[in-house]
Amino acid sequence: MNTGTLNYVKLVVLALATLFTMIAASYARDLAYQVHMVIFMIVAAGLFLTTLRATDEPAKPTPTNEYFDSVVRAGVIATAFWGVVGFLVGVVIAFQLAFPQLNFAWAEGYANFGRLRPLHTSAVIFAFGGNALIATSFFVVQRTSAARLWGGNLGWFVFWGYQLFIVLAATGYLLGGTQSKEYAEPEWYVDIWLTIVWVAYLAVYLGTIIKRKEPHIYVANWFFLAFIVTVAMLHIVNNISIPVSIWGSKSVQVFSGVQDAMVQWWYGHNAVGFFLTAGFLGMMYYFVPKQAERPVFSYKLSIIHFWALIFLYIWAGPHHLHYTALPDWASTLGMVFSIILWMPSWGGMINGLMTLQGAWDKLRTDPVLRMMVTSLAFYGMSTFEGPMMSIRSVNSLSHYTDWTIGHVHSGALGWNGLITFGALYYLVPVLWKRERLYSLSLVSWHFWLATIGIVLYAASMWVTGIMEGLMWREVDANGFLVNSFADTVSAKFPMYVVRGLGGVLFLSGAIIMCYNLWMTVRAAPAKASLGTAVPAE
Amino acid sequence: METYSLLREFADSWMLLLLFCVFVGIWFWVIRPGSSKTHRDAATMIFRNDERPAPDKEAQK
Repeated sequence: MNTGTLNYVKLVVLALATLFTMIAASYARDLAYQVHMVIFMIVAAGLFLTTLRATDEPAKPTPTNEYFDSVVRAGVIATAFWGVVGFLVGVVIAFQLAFPQLNFAWAEGYANFGRLRPLHTSAVIFAFGGNALIATSFFVVQRTSAARLWGGNLGWFVFWGYQLFIVLAATGYLLGGTQSKEYAEPEWYVDIWLTIVWVAYLAVYLGTIIKRKEPHIYVANWFFLAFIVTVAMLHIVNNISIPVSIWGSKSVQVFSGVQDAMVQWWYGHNAVGFFLTAGFLGMMYYFVPKQAERPVFSYKLSIIHFWALIFLYIWAGPHHLHYTALPDWASTLGMVFSIILWMPSWGGMINGLMTLQGAWDKLRTDPVLRMMVTSLAFYGMSTFEGPMMSIRSVNSLSHYTDWTIGHVHSGALGWNGLITFGALYYLVPVLWKRERLYSLSLVSWHFWLATIGIVLYAASMWVTGIMEGLMWREVDANGFLVNSFADTVSAKFPMYVVRGLGGVLFLSGAIIMCYNLWMTVRAAPAKASLGTAVPAE
Repeated sequence: METYSLLREFADSWMLLLLFCVFVGIWFWVIRPGSSKTHRDAATMIFRNDERPAPDKEAQK
């Protein structure tokens, strides 16, 4: 099908979409659905007009002898933007927990803790992390396949479609459109939209790998591919629900009771395993060797790391459901696999760290590499802590306490955050063809602010989590509980303030990064090779 | 036998054995003789093709 015909098909689809969303917005049964249909309508109508203007115009030729980097540049900007938004909301809710007065009466029902908390988790995981994964995977797959991204503008569809998903999810949470599944809160129509975007993402990614000009598929692509495929599977199974009405956001889950809980945590833990681990390991296997300017320590180990992770991670979910209605054998299974998982995790960490063998001196001069190495250290720490917490007897102390939150953040801020910052510092000079970063000392500032922030965060949550767990189980001589729940809440106040301050440090580091990256594009000297002529091929 | 018991029986016997053997097989495949050269080539691939895609004629080799 040529572009002309394709444009007519697009026009028909967009016109129908605009019409349908108009009708849906007027029939809407709840506010979240109505706002979302108006957003869909504006997007569809806007696309209709731009497509109409482009119809029957001569199509611009696609350059085949260069990489499709404009979408990666957009992804880098989106990652930095959503990162700051997500960290900011995190700081706000941290202080809302310390000072409940910050749940203002005038914002009740929109900006209280319960509404902002999913906004924070989704903003950092899916908006910041997701954009980082899409941008870096598009960058890495092109370089390691020596081929331009497959599918032409489908890459742009993935990028903008994903941003639309983020906007729908975020506005939905504030307006109460949620199916109450942790990390999978968006309602049915948003889920369907994400599925469409994700299938396009898989197509673009696989298409590029299929037309690769290198004989081997580099290990980073294996991790990225596992992330894309598994997240598709998890997303679809966990979101099987039946809408109450097609004119409303409410839906009913098909699974119920303990089956629903098991599916949710099979999803939830593998969102950690494949979104926040496999995907970011893909990043690690490309950017750490590139920044250190040496190949990965052991390619053999990286293959074994990959398969061990894939074979083990999918079983670990039940450790979220110790001492519940879940059968004992299932929770034991989850616990055992979580403990075995320690080995591939540390195998991967060692592989990343040992890549610096013979180049350790670079840590003294290169703060970007320092950031990446610290992220690997945090990866090692949280993948030791996690298996330990999955042991049933440890879990009886740690579960439902802030220890869990501390564990998640040492992984998310330390591992995912720092490796993403490292990748952004690598990418911006390459993508905007700059000689170097604007300022290395600002990178150092970012590094120390982020690291001290994480240490404050994790340490305060360890203290408060273990304290809380011990207070809950404390009984007197007659077997009565000593503390009420409110006692633990007031005992936690100082640690909550320290946690909030840790968040402020981490956020200010990210703002310094944005300034540094902005100035790199604006003020750093352009790369000399930019002006040279491209040989005709 | 009900479906649950049947699947359960299969999962923790034959399927478990199969997956375990596949995993052990991967170890042997990774350390197979002659893999070191392939792996060295794959590991250094990230230092090629930084600026632009490889030209088409190379693919036909």
